[in-house]
Amino acid sequence: MPLDLDQPIHFSRTHRLQWEEAQQKQVILYPEGMVELNQSSAEILKLCDGTRTVAQIVSDLEQKFATAGLTNDVTAFLEVAIQNGWINQN
Amino acid sequence: MAGSIKTNTPPRWLLAELTYACPLQCPYCSNPIDYARYQTELSTEDWLRVLTQARKMGAVQLGFSGGEPLTRQDLPELVKHARDLGYYSNLITSGYGLTEEKIIQLKEAGLDHIQVSIQASSQELNDHIAGTASFEHKKAVAHLVKKHGYPMVLCVVIHRENIHQMPEILAMAEELGADYLEIANTQYYGWAHANRDLLLPTQEQFVKAEAIAQAYKEKVEGKMKIYYVVPDFYEDRPKACMNGWGTTFLTIAPDGVALPCHSARELPGLDCPNVNDYSIEEIWNESKAFNFFRGKDWMKEPCRSCDEQDKDFGGCHCQAYLLTGDMYNADPVCSKSPHHGVIQEAIDAAAQSSLAANEKPLIFRNSKNSRLLS
Repeated sequence: MPLDLDQPIHFSRTHRLQWEEAQQKQVILYPEGMVELNQSSAEILKLCDGTRTVAQIVSDLEQKFATAGLTNDVTAFLEVAIQNGWINQN
Repeated sequence: MAGSIKTNTPPRWLLAELTYACPLQCPYCSNPIDYARYQTELSTEDWLRVLTQARKMGAVQLGFSGGEPLTRQDLPELVKHARDLGYYSNLITSGYGLTEEKIIQLKEAGLDHIQVSIQASSQELNDHIAGTASFEHKKAVAHLVKKHGYPMVLCVVIHRENIHQMPEILAMAEELGADYLEIANTQYYGWAHANRDLLLPTQEQFVKAEAIAQAYKEKVEGKMKIYYVVPDFYEDRPKACMNGWGTTFLTIAPDGVALPCHSARELPGLDCPNVNDYSIEEIWNESKAFNFFRGKDWMKEPCRSCDEQDKDFGGCHCQAYLLTGDMYNADPVCSKSPHHGVIQEAIDAAAQSSLAANEKPLIFRNSKNSRLLS
């Protein structure tokens, strides 16, 4: 499924994003499986709340971390995320 | 004791086998052959304590299994406790006895996922393998699971009796709306070991079935994920048993015995500890059983000098024990094992058995047969 730049993104209803104290990491939980996230991936996914498009996620992150030029990295990660079913658009 | 206690990784996966009771009689059941000897079950309070202790150590994936976990009346209470602790909880069920009311009740308690097993794509074969008329009910349950918003894994165990149904099994999973289809080629332990001559397909059958499943994977991409559990008798390297002994998985049997893998009960001399006597932390870090195959000190040749020892950890100890009589041997699935010939002998024996006119009947998994065989 390709990423649609105009549609807002929400985190999958059949996955769970959760902070794991024992691992000091954000993880994605799904049936019988788990993905450990690095900090930047977790920051991106936390903004996938059904209200923001790719451009809005990028701009929010650039503002939060006082940086620029995140478009390519964020888009690349979101493409992986949608392939894996972690996020949806509709 | 092998291994080093200070480098232990914490458990991530807790398999809670709530009961050995089951209305089904599948002849490949992974419960021990002598399960009827273990009549006692942990109390609700015991399970609540186990869940709390394992979560504190870092366990996050939790499987409620059995037997049939739905036969435990306290399941919703355990699910609720698991959710409060932050587990991702999976109900691994035959679907037998699951009503819409129960599906809603478990959802409200915080259950994350339901895995339903189906034995075949036709009623006749499903009900024969399950030893119980259950096919139509299972399909109705699968629809209800999706109706109430759960992710669903449909699990079909594959063997000689149903491998020809691969196209229909794939279509059935898609029709039922499964998010994941687990095509689990039978692993030959417990009851499946006892029935191996009747269950093990030929290599030709495997190759054909796998090609069909792989092609379907592309067809349903983005809609249904297909997990394919390989038939290790037709591999030349063993599976990485439990992701390494005592590194990830913790199984608690119905009577409270803690196992590094759900088959480990069959291994001699492990002295598996019971949660009635020790905390999960003591069991995981200090028990003889969980340290038995940690690290590499236990390895004999060819594993000891093998450059793949970090990849598969010598394979499966239960398989080494069942097929060579020595659990310290390399898994004989490995073509480097001096005992590798036993795999071909098993394949040949199964092929012979399928040609014999007087094929012996399947031994179904029930308490009567369990007592007869133990």
